[in-house]
Amino acid sequence: MEILRIFSLFVMGFISFSIIGIMSGWLDRKITARLQWRVGPPWWQNFADFIKLTGKETVIPEGANQFLFLLAPVVGVFAVTVTGAILLSSVFFNPIRWDLFIFIYLLMIPSVVIFLAGSSSGNVLASIGAGRELRLLLSYELPFIIALLVPVIKSGSAQIQQILVYQLENGANIGYVSGTIAFIVALLAFQGKLGYVPFDVSEAETEIAAGTFIEYSGFPLALFKLMRWILLSVGISFLVIYFMAGFRNAVAGALKYVGILILIVLIKNTNPRLRTDQILKFSWGWLTMFGFVAVIFALMGY
Amino acid sequence: MALDLKTKALKKSLSVFHLSTGSCNNCDIEILDCLTPRFDIERFGMTLAGSIKHADVLLVTGIVTVKNLSRIKVLYQQMPKPGFVVAIGGCACTGGIFRDGYQMAGPLDRVIPVDVYIPGCPPKPEAMIAGIVKLLEKIK
Ligand code: SF4
Repeated sequence: MEILRIFSLFVMGFISFSIIGIMSGWLDRKITARLQWRVGPPWWQNFADFIKLTGKETVIPEGANQFLFLLAPVVGVFAVTVTGAILLSSVFFNPIRWDLFIFIYLLMIPSVVIFLAGSSSGNVLASIGAGRELRLLLSYELPFIIALLVPVIKSGSAQIQQILVYQLENGANIGYVSGTIAFIVALLAFQGKLGYVPFDVSEAETEIAAGTFIEYSGFPLALFKLMRWILLSVGISFLVIYFMAGFRNAVAGALKYVGILILIVLIKNTNPRLRTDQILKFSWGWLTMFGFVAVIFALMGY
Repeated sequence: MALDLKTKALKKSLSVFHLSTGSCNNCDIEILDCLTPRFDIERFGMTLAGSIKHADVLLVTGIVTVKNLSRIKVLYQQMPKPGFVVAIGGCACTGGIFRDGYQMAGPLDRVIPVDVYIPGCPPKPEAMIAGIVKLLEKIK
């Protein structure tokens, strides 16, 4: 029974989060296009992209580590799907008591996988991208974890479910000063996790030609795209549950989700790409400082 | 059926890799015009790819110079199939005004197979879109 339950959770997490993620990816492209006074792609565009990539030839470069090269995207999709399944199971269907720490670990895996992909493809630009990805991971992870501490301090528990229950009783975390600051810090760090502008150094298209993904084609590339989409939807849902009292009301929940998505797209479209050292300075300086400020506010009860 | 779906998806989401092999840069600017709000080819799912491995279409502008000859061949081999080649501008189609130049290594179709020719010096963005429509008709 237990196996069956885990399996069904996994499948459900995969289907729901990939579809929501693909649609979010489309919304991202559409909003970007509208901001630039363009019309933008139709709603099925990302589905078409995915299907197209599955039908293309997979080229494996000569100097690459074949095993890692092909393993990386599979592990990536698996990791984000597990994150989604855990998120589902910690909120719906007689919740399991998952701790916050498992999310911190699992949300780190996509970056590690991208690093693996870059370093195994045997391309100079890809390895530059891989190095940058690791530096990026080191810089945003610190403020991200500090920001996630705030709800833990407020509710006195590191269990996702407890944090949610606390919010339903005492109002959303984002309603407090500490919660607002922590949310902004976490959102900016999440932008880095997604690899969106201004933190897209690892795959800068115009600079190192898609960086870590440069050698990927066909089905592995499709898997990487899928990983990105699922990460987008899982991450935003996580933020909604963690800071905004979750999806209890379906309409309000959807609005919260789309609101965060629009914020991310706006940040993406109004900022230039930062250099690696600027990112490090920004996240270990400003973001971490604001994270600590939020923690202090939370300890004082604001 | 499954194959059919993939071809349909391919038609709706062409990724384009842009290669300039010694053009005067005017064709390249006209290609970029296709992405601007006025023409916006992302409506039809076409995007510029940063790497040839992500691309379905190789756009070539300019004459094939002696120096670039081997590189074009390598790029064509690296493009994941099914992939298509589009020659943009008089230079890539025939050699244009540079056909007697000392750097000329033959028009593009003597080096790699070309699917669609879009002549003009430079061709208008409308002409390029018309050419891509021809390419879409060719994909079966
Ligand atoms: S076709 Fe004309 S515009 Fe295009 S590269 Fe050649 S000379 Fe320049």
